[in-house]
Amino acid sequence: MLCDVCGKNPATVHLTEIIEGKIIEVHLCEDCAKKKTEEFQKQFNIADFLSELVDIDSLDKITLSELSCPNCGLSYEEFKNKGRLGCAECYSAFKDKLTPLLRKIHGSLRHRGKVPKLEMRKELSREERIKELKQHLERAVRLEEYEEAARIRDEIKQLEAEKTKKNKRSNKRSNKK
Amino acid sequence: MILEDLLNKPGEWFKGKGPDANIIISSRIRLARNLVDIPFPKRMKPPQVEKLFERIRQAQEKSNFLRGFEFLKGTEISPLDREFLLERHLVSQEYVNYSQDKALLLRRDEVCSIMVNEEDHLRIQVIKSGFDLQDTWEIANRVEEEFSKTLNFAFSLNLGFLTSCPTNVGTGMRASCMLHLPGLIMTKRINRVLELISKLSFTTRGFFGEGTQAIGNFFQVSNQLTLGLSETEILSNLSGIIKQLKNQELQAREYMLSRYRLSLEDKICRALGVLKNCRLISSSETLSHLSLLRLGIDLGIIKNLDTELLNYLFIMIQPAHLQKIYKKSLSHQERDSIRAELLREKLERVYIR
Repeated sequence: MLCDVCGKNPATVHLTEIIEGKIIEVHLCEDCAKKKTEEFQKQFNIADFLSELVDIDSLDKITLSELSCPNCGLSYEEFKNKGRLGCAECYSAFKDKLTPLLRKIHGSLRHRGKVPKLEMRKELSREERIKELKQHLERAVRLEEYEEAARIRDEIKQLEAEKTKKNKRSNKRSNKK
Repeated sequence: MILEDLLNKPGEWFKGKGPDANIIISSRIRLARNLVDIPFPKRMKPPQVEKLFERIRQAQEKSNFLRGFEFLKGTEISPLDREFLLERHLVSQEYVNYSQDKALLLRRDEVCSIMVNEEDHLRIQVIKSGFDLQDTWEIANRVEEEFSKTLNFAFSLNLGFLTSCPTNVGTGMRASCMLHLPGLIMTKRINRVLELISKLSFTTRGFFGEGTQAIGNFFQVSNQLTLGLSETEILSNLSGIIKQLKNQELQAREYMLSRYRLSLEDKICRALGVLKNCRLISSSETLSHLSLLRLGIDLGIIKNLDTELLNYLFIMIQPAHLQKIYKKSLSHQERDSIRAELLREKLERVYIR
């Protein structure tokens, strides 16, 4: 049997690949196999895959290159190239860019799985968090940081909404009893 | 040392026990977790690596459950042993290639292994033999909760557990089953089945996981989505698919037996013939013959071959295992001859009914 790629040398390496859910058999000579392995690794490089998804969304190239995470210093460019985030804070720093990406990958933006116990405790202290945010809001307005103020306002709204939702749910439950 | 003990016994997941273990070899859960105040592995500096190791060791010391795990720094494991662990599916290729700043927590029964500082700070992996996703999940969850008593994981209410790669965010969970599907391959139905799986947002991979070939008729099927679904939903969706695959495989086998019994028997008997008599054999040839022996056991054609031994042979004939069994480094060609020797010895007493 001759090599599938060059058609000159005898095929000594036989590969079975799964490509897009299809099994494909490839017969190669030693030289072409080596090239193929390199290609294979490239093909499965998740960074390329991700950056392709990201690219569709990057409308504004200039602001993109300046965007970076204040906590770990990772720039959005680097994320695009490597496909890996630098720290937990990156998720907020790149929120606008990650949102469409996550929607594309998972079709959802809402975690519905397990919540760590510690977070549960935070949940209980939602009231305190709202109080704290209100103080921040006042300060932001005073300093005329309107963008920041709007962000805080939305966060408070969200927390209050969650709170009333929860109350309603627990009311319903107690009514049933 | 723990690694030497492992060699003499088959690992948990290839025991061939548990529900439907003839077709569904193993069930696996992997959870990705990161500490909130240390950058993800790719952005870490050496002192932070030390800090991470220190925190993990402290968490381990404080938990009775985790104290039984062996803590091995990547630098303490020789390159051969790393390959050995990879062949047993206890670490990833990434771990083998870049082990300097990584560590491994390993339970003696090989049910659970935890990679420290791979793509995420913690990669908790639990593998069980057979089709037992629920039990596998419960162990993984228990391990995670033991860690979370002392460690503060990066988490957001909206996005769930935050991971280095956005493809894992949410539950951080990858659940998979390894299936042996010779019937679907021989009847050429496999492509249709795999297409369907990918349409349902599940992924198929080869024997050694990401980016590997489909060798020995083995397939790993895993969930692709980690955000928007709860762990229970992911597991129940995966279970549904796996059950379907099992039924499809059984149907394919029945079809072959009813139509092509003689030629199927011929294939299986020839495979045994080759393995019992070869003098030089590559690992890929061995795997395809071993796969036929497995089918032969399932169909009652081969009788006196223990499934556990057969399953272990799939691992034992891999390069690092051969070199550890024969306690010397072996060239490519030497391996082929030693592999043949090992197979002849292990299969000596196996006959066709």
